[in-house]
This record gives sequence, C-alpha cells and structure tokens, in this order.
Amino acid sequence: MPQEVGKQYKELLQQYIDNRNEEDLYFGQQFSRQFIEKKIAPEDVISIHKTALAEVFPDLPEKVMYSFDFLIEMMIHYGLALREHQSLIRKQEEIQMEINVAAKVQDTLLKTKIPDFEGIDIGFITEPAKKMNGDYVYFLNDDNNVASVALADVMGKGIPAALCMSMIKFGMDSLQGENTSPRNVLDIVNRIVEKSVDDSMFISMFYGKYDARDSSFSYASAGHEPALIYRASEGGFTELDAKGLLLGVQPDVDYEERSVMLEVGDFIVMMTDGVTEVRTETGFIDEGLIKSILLEVKEESAQSIADTVYNRLLELQNFHLRDDFTIIIFKKENDLV
Amino acid sequence: MGYRSSVDIYTEWDIVAARQLGRNEAKKTGFGTVDQARITTAISELARNIYLYAGKGKIEIERFSENGLYGITIIASDEGPGIPDIRKVMEDGFSTSGGLGAGMPGVKRLMDEFKVHTESGVGTNITITKWLR
Ligand SMILES: Nc1ncnc2c1ncn2[C@@H]1O[C@H](COP(=O)(O)OP(=O)(O)O)[C@@H](O)[C@H]1O
Ligand SMILES: [Mg+2]
Repeated sequence: MPQEVGKQYKELLQQYIDNRNEEDLYFGQQFSRQFIEKKIAPEDVISIHKTALAEVFPDLPEKVMYSFDFLIEMMIHYGLALREHQSLIRKQEEIQMEINVAAKVQDTLLKTKIPDFEGIDIGFITEPAKKMNGDYVYFLNDDNNVASVALADVMGKGIPAALCMSMIKFGMDSLQGENTSPRNVLDIVNRIVEKSVDDSMFISMFYGKYDARDSSFSYASAGHEPALIYRASEGGFTELDAKGLLLGVQPDVDYEERSVMLEVGDFIVMMTDGVTEVRTETGFIDEGLIKSILLEVKEESAQSIADTVYNRLLELQNFHLRDDFTIIIFKKENDLV
Repeated sequence: MGYRSSVDIYTEWDIVAARQLGRNEAKKTGFGTVDQARITTAISELARNIYLYAGKGKIEIERFSENGLYGITIIASDEGPGIPDIRKVMEDGFSTSGGLGAGMPGVKRLMDEFKVHTESGVGTNITITKWLR
C-alpha cells in the first residue's frame, strides 16, 4: 500500500522543507485526506514520515530516527481510538435506520381517522419530540352521532414510551362492542395496562365522547392534563377535569365521569403536557398564553386552531420540541336539524 | 509447528517482559516497526488482563511459516474466573477504557485472527495471529 503514497509524501515534504510556503501546507492537507480515505492509521503516517525523512536527510543522527519509533508507539492507541470511533458511527447509523423503520411501523399502527359528521368539527395535531411518539390519539366513531377520542401520554419519551403506546392501542382495539362510556373505557384500559406494564411506566389518559344528539360531551380522566372548554356565550375558558388515578397503578379505580353541553361556537381543547409545559429560555410559559392564542383564532376551523397553537409554541421554543406535543380540538358547528 | 517461547505473568513487570519477547519475535519474523508496535500492544493488553482479572497466567509466542507465508501467533492463557459476558466484552465501547479503543476489540483490530475460549471458573485462552504481508 504505502509505496506510492510514500513517494508522494516525500515529494510534498521535500517541497515544504525547501520553500516553507503556505501553498505546500495546503497541498499537504489535501493529501492527508487521501490518508484518511485509504484508512491509513496515524501510526502508519508516522512511519511514512520517518521513511521520507531518512531519504531527504540521509545523515540525520540515528538517535533522532529512534524518536520516531517512540512516536509510533505513542500513536497506536490513537489509531485504535479512531477505528473504534468509526465503527461506533456505523453502529449509530444502523440504530438510526432501525428507529426510522420503527417510527414508520408506529405511524401505521397508530393511524386514526377523524370522525366526520354534521355538527362537530374535529382537528388535531400530534408531533413527537424525537422520532417516536409517546403521545397517543385514537378516534372512535361509534355511529353517525357519536365521536370519541382517547388521548394518552406515556411519561418519558422516545422508544420506551412508543413501545408502551402499542399496548394502549391493543387496549382500545379490545373495546369492540363494549360499553364505551368514558369511565368504562378508562376502567378497561387501566386493567390491561396494570397487568402488562412495570411500575416505572406512568401513563395518563383522557377520554372524551361527544354525542351530537344532545350536544353533550362526556369525559373521564386518568390523571391527565385538564381539558379546556371555550364558552362562546361567556368569551372565556373553563377547565374540564375529572378525578382518576394514572393508568396501571392499581387494578380497581373508580373513574369519575362528567359531562358538559356544547353550544354553537363552543370548543373543547384536549392536550398533553408537551403543550402546557412548554419552556422557553426564560422558563415555563404561563397558562394565559395558550388561552390567548386560542382566543385569537377561535373563529377558525378546528384543525386550523390546533395548527396555530402548535406553530406558535414551536416558534417560542426555537423550533425545538422538548416533549411530545398533542392537541385535539372538538368544535361545535351548528345544531342538527 | 515452529519455535515457541513463553513468559509467565505474575506481576506488572512480567507484562513488560512479555512485550519485550513479543517485539523481539515480531522483529525476527520480519515485521516492520509499526506492526511490531501493534503486536506488542496486543500482547500488552492481554497480559494486563491476565494480571488484572486472573491474577496469573502466561503468554506464549510462536513464529511460524505455512505454505511460504510467515506469521506470529500469541496464546494468552490463564486459569482465572473466565470472562462472564464475552459478547459484551467484544463490543466497542464496553471496555473500562471506554472510547479509547483499547481492550479486547482493540486487540482484535490489531491482529488478523482472534479466537477466544473462556469458561466460567476454568479460565480463558485467547489465541491471536498476525500474518506477514
Ligand atoms: N483473562 C481474563 N479473565 C477474566 N476476565 C477477563 C479477562 N480478560 C478480560 N476480562 C473481562 O473482560 C472485561 C473487558 O476487558 P477489556 O476489553 O480488556 O477491557 P478493560 O480491561 O479495560 O475492562 C474486563 O473488565 C474483565 O471483566
Ligand atoms: Mg483490558
């Protein structure tokens, strides 16, 4: 290998020693890239230098030449560290690719369709902080009058949270044909989670169900962020919260169920703590901020409201999400005839 | 089979003796300065592991020729506790030197062939070879 490289190196070295020009150093550096590309180890570079030097200055004292053997010895571990580094980078790329595939699998697994019928306008956005999402949104459309949504937040983020998420999905799928009152849904999902998750995982969940026949929104919460309801008649917000323990803590939990009536123009905002606990350089945002953004765009469609809140808060954080971010809007449009 | 010489490893000084023997044998085989340093480093790491983790053992060194090819083989053996999780040990970044590239994966990189046999409570035998090109 180094025969040809060695010859070129010697010429470049000779030129530099003769002229000591910046140009020669520049060429030297360009040449060094070849070393790296050809995977020539640092210790080999010293050896090439030693050989070249001996040819340029045949009369150098032997003791000076010995010093290069010492230098070679010094460089062996640098060479090893470099190769380990390269192999770790390759490993990282592999992991990155696996995560990309896993994220795609998750996307397919968690695909959900927004219920679409007269009287209610629904919009949502869910964005993971990293590649995989620890927030979970699942819509159910029992019949043409009822639109339900499950919103879960696995504490922590990334892959562990995402894995946990698949279980909630399993829980939701098992609801087929069951009574889907919010308290009952939470009760069922809680039992599944309690059996299958270890104690270090905490999951909160909010379940809301809108019935277009009487414009009622009933809900239950397993230790989740309270939702907000905007009252068009009052022009202000009220919190929607219901008592209930986080999922998976104990098997028998009595989840409280509550309900509110929606008037035209009212809307409900369900969120995860990735929304309410947004932090900027100066600290946590204050509660009022989200409400004031909501007020600004209250006349827009549900989807546009969700998107605006996301975009504003993303900008406030310099486009860096610290936590998975999910916001869901249920907006009452007009009365059924 | 070629000529085999060995150094018993009891103290840290024996690591130096094993290195010395390795360097001499590598030179006699015809390896250049850089490969001598690589072979010596590999021996050093293995001898140090014997000293640190098995207490005692030995390093044997053998020059050989096979079908006109020359090379050197080093056998590091001990009757220590064995290496508990050899798969992990062979992964980059596991060694206590973490990120410095040393340890067993480093030994493997320095040489052309690398074989480990280790048994819990029985001991460890590591055979490494480098060919002269
Ligand atoms: N000869 C041996 N006998 C028992 N355990 C060993 C031996 N050699 C290595 N090990 C185990 O393998 C681990 C990794 O060794 P190594 O890759 O050399 O890294 P380090 O010595 O820096 O920890 C050691 O920490 C030790 O637990
Ligand atoms: Mg070691």
